[in-house]
Amino acid sequence: MNSWLRFAIYVVAAPLIGGLLAGWDRRVSARMQSRRGPPIAQPFYDVMKLWQKQNLANCPSQNYYVLFFLALVIFTGGLFFAGADLLLVIFALTTGSIFFVLGAYKASSPFSFVGAERELVQMMAYEPMVLLTAIGMYMVTKTFNVSGIASNPGMLILTLPGIFLGFIFALEIKFRKSPFDLSSSHHAHQELVRGITTEFSGRTLAMIEVAHWYENVFLLGWVYLFFASSPLLGVLMSLVVYGFVILVDNVFARLKWQTALGSAWAVTAVLGLGNILVLSLQR
Amino acid sequence: MTLVLALVLVPLLTGLILFCLRAEWPRRMVVVTVTAAVCVGSVALACLPAPMVLGELPVSRHAINEGMLAIEALMGLYILWVGVRSKHWLIVLLMLAQGAVMGWFEWMAKGDVPAGQPLLVDKFSMVMALINGIVGGGICLYALGYMKEYHTVAHRDVPDRRPFFFLLLFVFMGAMFGLVFSDDLPWLFFFWEITTLCSFLLIGYTQTPEARKNALRALVMNLSGGVTFAVAILLIYRNPGNSTHDLGLQNLIKSDHAMALLPAALLCFAGITKAAQYPFSSWLLGAMVAPTPVSALLHSSTMVKAGVFLVLRLAPVISGTTVGLMVALVGGVTFLIGSLQAITTSEAKRVLAYSTVANLGLVVMCGGIGTSEAVWAGVLLIIFHAVAKCLLFLCVGVVEHKLHSRNIEDMSGLVLFMPKVAVMMLIGMSGMSLAPFGMLMSKWAALKAVVDVYPLLSAFIIFGSAATLFFWVKWMGKLVETVRPQDRVVKEISLEESVALYVLSLATFLACLLFPFVSTRFIEPYLAGVYPEPGQVNTIMGHGNTIIMVAMMVVVMLFPLSFLSRGRGVKVVDPYLGGANIEGRTGFAASGGAVESVVMRNYYLGGVLNEMWLTRVAVAGSAVLLAVMIIWAIVKIL
Repeated sequence: MNSWLRFAIYVVAAPLIGGLLAGWDRRVSARMQSRRGPPIAQPFYDVMKLWQKQNLANCPSQNYYVLFFLALVIFTGGLFFAGADLLLVIFALTTGSIFFVLGAYKASSPFSFVGAERELVQMMAYEPMVLLTAIGMYMVTKTFNVSGIASNPGMLILTLPGIFLGFIFALEIKFRKSPFDLSSSHHAHQELVRGITTEFSGRTLAMIEVAHWYENVFLLGWVYLFFASSPLLGVLMSLVVYGFVILVDNVFARLKWQTALGSAWAVTAVLGLGNILVLSLQR
Repeated sequence: MTLVLALVLVPLLTGLILFCLRAEWPRRMVVVTVTAAVCVGSVALACLPAPMVLGELPVSRHAINEGMLAIEALMGLYILWVGVRSKHWLIVLLMLAQGAVMGWFEWMAKGDVPAGQPLLVDKFSMVMALINGIVGGGICLYALGYMKEYHTVAHRDVPDRRPFFFLLLFVFMGAMFGLVFSDDLPWLFFFWEITTLCSFLLIGYTQTPEARKNALRALVMNLSGGVTFAVAILLIYRNPGNSTHDLGLQNLIKSDHAMALLPAALLCFAGITKAAQYPFSSWLLGAMVAPTPVSALLHSSTMVKAGVFLVLRLAPVISGTTVGLMVALVGGVTFLIGSLQAITTSEAKRVLAYSTVANLGLVVMCGGIGTSEAVWAGVLLIIFHAVAKCLLFLCVGVVEHKLHSRNIEDMSGLVLFMPKVAVMMLIGMSGMSLAPFGMLMSKWAALKAVVDVYPLLSAFIIFGSAATLFFWVKWMGKLVETVRPQDRVVKEISLEESVALYVLSLATFLACLLFPFVSTRFIEPYLAGVYPEPGQVNTIMGHGNTIIMVAMMVVVMLFPLSFLSRGRGVKVVDPYLGGANIEGRTGFAASGGAVESVVMRNYYLGGVLNEMWLTRVAVAGSAVLLAVMIIWAIVKIL
């Protein structure tokens, strides 16, 4: 398939899939807590409602940062599904996230400020593992290109088990779910209020929501890469991982940033670098 | 040939002229004219074919060598005097050791002129000359406005020795030109020592006790590098395989590797001291007591760049050896620990200094890996780092004069009251840390180069760059947040300062856009000359990545445009403060009616990272690595 076509499909389909996944998340979480939960399409209703709300802001320019965050996240995922260089994809995602963080700084409220600082700590926590995942895939497949990695005949999980586990750990942080919901909680009644998203409302908040859908689909696409030689298993495992993340979200309480950073780096060093060590000894 | 000599000699002579000029206006005229000339000269040089065929020197080589020897002896005596005066016996000892080694060498050489060309201008020297001409020139220009304000407004207590200051600035620049054009090691050593002495004098410019102490520290560390440099020259001369007594750097690179390894290790040691790698990085951190143009000069275009220049030049010799691995490890340790330390401090110049140390660590790491791919990344890092770091230093200098503080916490809301400088600082920081700007792209190339040779060493880069991101973005956030609106500063920057700052901001963008051109025009031909089979060095630009990067660049550059519709359809409200807001956004009523003001401070991760402790670890670790490097090279030769 043409890479431009895949880019276009991602741009159109990712929010649909991402929204449904978010709905599924809420439904499953509710069941875990013995509630009925909202309809599966609830996230779409939420976004549509947010879109019609009045546009409030602390700083007139803060919303542009979010607009660029959304644009860069779409761009990142598009690059990934078009089969571009994995490291370039990571850097594009990082740049996008930085726009988000700067938007929160710009909002100049103590809660969004704390959220922004913690989001940076979280980025610092997961970034090494994410880069290491790309390196591990490169060492096995000899290419950084997503298209090349996806067409690798062997299944990557078999040679990269440590990297896979480390990557799941990084995903927990990246999804901003418990125990790593340090920068923005789902419920606005805690000490964080809503952290990084506290001062965003209306359309801007809707954009953040949609950006997360895009991001989640892209990240699950990356999980798929570990099983790419068997597409069906790949899709299944992506969903299993997503379900696992929801489970963990409901089981754990929030950790302190020190623990988040320390444990993430320790996991990267042990599981990630351990796996790399094994690979480099095999060459 | 004339152009090359002019680039070295004109700044030196200008320095002497400026030393004699006491009045403000003539100095201005001279500085502006000469910096413009030097810029044009270095650009013109870059347009010539390379490696350049250099004609005969206008004066006999013998006479030049004698002259250099005389100047070197004078410098040595001066340094001895400094050591005795300040009772710093280590300086005396190192200087005597260096003098003894060089004396032995001269006695054996007995003035005979070695074979080979003393000067070599290849594509790498051209790139370095461009950096030195444009960035260094910008700094000299900036220094005009800055030093005036420094002595008349900000620091009246410091004695006004501006003629001396500009003398040093230009001599420094000339010496750097000489250094990058020299191939003959004694010549290179001559310019090397001039930069050591100039940096000592510049760091001690204010003559406060702290400045003196830090200047002496810089001198000690650089002298230790000087000693190993001198020993390396002697070893190459004594090498039985070297019958023509060719002391050229190129000759060393092409000679038998087993014999070249020990001299190369010693030269790398010298490069590591000059590039302020651990365990020697404290001299660069201490150097920030000097006025800002000095810091900018030391950090971006000269001095530390001389160190990494030498390491990258030697990369083909040490590549794949234990010496190379040790050099790479020292660079890796420095990159990781330097980046972590930059998180812990709120002093702007200190953050910049740590970031310089860290980024040079990455270049040294590339040099130690030494494959053509790694050297390619290293050269790019030098270019992008010089431009962006210089811009940042000069901006911090301006802010320091207006705020009387270099604390990042005090820069909160800078976009409101010093918008021009704040935007330029943001450009500089994006240039240092964000895709698709140059530094990140070259880090990417470095990462690929490392993974191909020593995959485990990528650990230094991945953890280090995560830390890098943290401290840059929290600083950027501090600049854009606006808790307490303040009045705009009336006149932000003087004319000379603004010219330098605008040029550098533009250069940050241009360097990124011209990056494929710089690669094909300069770096790839250089590598083709040095490596027999350079292979595909430009791995990160293939596969349509260029288009993607340009697309990203366009997206990021569109960002300022979005401000055209600023505030349209947005209702501005006060933030949520967890209580009733008082005076808009600066305070709130807490429980019991107490009025609390809003205070937001960045994270410095104090509980996890400790600056002192990190320094100790890095110094101990890198000292061991350097010891292993030297010992291994000695064992290998026996």
